[in-house]
Amino acid sequence: MKKYVCVVCGYVYDPEVGDADAGVAEGTAFENLPEDWVCPVCGVDKDQFEEA
Amino acid sequence: MKAVEMKKGIYWVGGIDWDIRNFHGYLTQRGTTYNAYLIIDEKITLVDTTKYYLVDELLERVSSIVDPSKIDYVISNHVEMDHSGGLPRVMEIAKNATLVTAPNGAKGLAKHYDTSSWNIKTVSTGDKLELGKRSIEFILTPMVHWPDNMVGYMPEEKILFSNDSFGQHIASSERFDDEFPSEIIIEEAKKYYANIVMSYGMQVGRELKEASGLDIEMIAPSHGLIFRKHVKEIIDSYVKWSSNIVGKKALIVYDTMWGSTKKMAYALQDAFEEKGYMTSMKNLQNNHISDIITEVLDVEYICVGSPTLNNNMLPTVASFLTYLKGLTPKNRKAIAFGSYGWGGQSVAQIEQYLSDSKFDIKLSKRLLYIPSEENLEELKEELKKLL
Ligand SMILES: Cc1cc2nc3c(=O)[nH]c(=O)nc-3n(C[C@H](O)[C@H](O)[C@H](O)COP(=O)(O)O)c2cc1C
Ligand SMILES: [Fe+2]
Ligand SMILES: [Fe+2]
Repeated sequence: MKKYVCVVCGYVYDPEVGDADAGVAEGTAFENLPEDWVCPVCGVDKDQFEEA
Repeated sequence: MKAVEMKKGIYWVGGIDWDIRNFHGYLTQRGTTYNAYLIIDEKITLVDTTKYYLVDELLERVSSIVDPSKIDYVISNHVEMDHSGGLPRVMEIAKNATLVTAPNGAKGLAKHYDTSSWNIKTVSTGDKLELGKRSIEFILTPMVHWPDNMVGYMPEEKILFSNDSFGQHIASSERFDDEFPSEIIIEEAKKYYANIVMSYGMQVGRELKEASGLDIEMIAPSHGLIFRKHVKEIIDSYVKWSSNIVGKKALIVYDTMWGSTKKMAYALQDAFEEKGYMTSMKNLQNNHISDIITEVLDVEYICVGSPTLNNNMLPTVASFLTYLKGLTPKNRKAIAFGSYGWGGQSVAQIEQYLSDSKFDIKLSKRLLYIPSEENLEELKEELKKLL
């Protein structure tokens, strides 16, 4: 599964890690993140992410 | 207004804001400075500028050393207008200058100013700008505390131009940390960290890791005093603050209409003291939220109290909780409390805020009207059992 990087702040979403604070389990692909998921660092929407 | 030499050929040329007391809601009792630095080498380089209303002060200081139109490079480490406000004037005067900034810096600056005629060069971590005998290596530090932040390290002189990191809001004619009471510098640096940087502890950790590989003799931040004596102390303090290390301390923040919530606050304090905790009482009528936040930085417990006013908590408490939530301190325990008369909604609202902010809520207590001695005694015992 591919990693995605936030173009605003540089945070990297790693599907192997997930985002526990937002209730996203390990192994969740970026595509399967909920539409209202936001960058845990700077708060921007999913559409501000690019493939790493 | 003269430049101040920091090392041979390197000068402080910033502006001193003696009057400012409110910096986007942050109470700056000591005023502040916007530090800019001038490097005289084969290439003449200016690092950052000032807020727009102090740019003449900056230009006068530059002029005491060199004709500002001769500047070759202007480095912009951060878009926020306290450092970029002077750029339009500087770029107008320094006709041949190249503006050096991070990719996010270029995007951000274009949203603040008409940059169409500026010659802009973007840099990333590891890029080096040769100035002649000296050079500057860039490290991007996104989200400490805006997406565009970066710092510059000059290996030949061992100077870190750290922009907002390690800064302090202090206006003074002293420039160096060995000329000014160091307790005040660290206290103001702590307040700065708590109010501006706290949310980004993880990013600070990454920045500190990068910095740990550098040989640093001088830290030149964008606000306040320049470090040349207490370099290790300020870096150690950042390590401590960013790793959320807490002491055996409790902070009790509240507001009160008729003194009942205050009685509860003091009962909680009694319990903490009997269990060997240091405590700090912060009535929101008498304390500014930006000062209270400084204390949040190293406490194990934060207790927030409000009576109920028209089905809500008091606005001062709501304001504090909103501010606290934004700064996202981690690994803290919390207590919600308050007196009420009928509906009594305030305590549940406080609890909601604290749990949204990911605090571990250990106790939540509301008491009707004026708490009796027995009520307060019970509250004390309940808390003591937890400690
Ligand atoms: C301390 C501080 C924190 C900020 N945090 C955020 C943020 O989390 N998200 C965001 O979109 N913008 C953030 N901003 C940027 C401001 O929203 C932006 O500068 C805005 O243009 C300011 O509007 P104003 O001129 O009406 O104050 C922050 C600005 C400051 C000074
Ligand atoms: Fe800033
Ligand atoms: Fe700043």
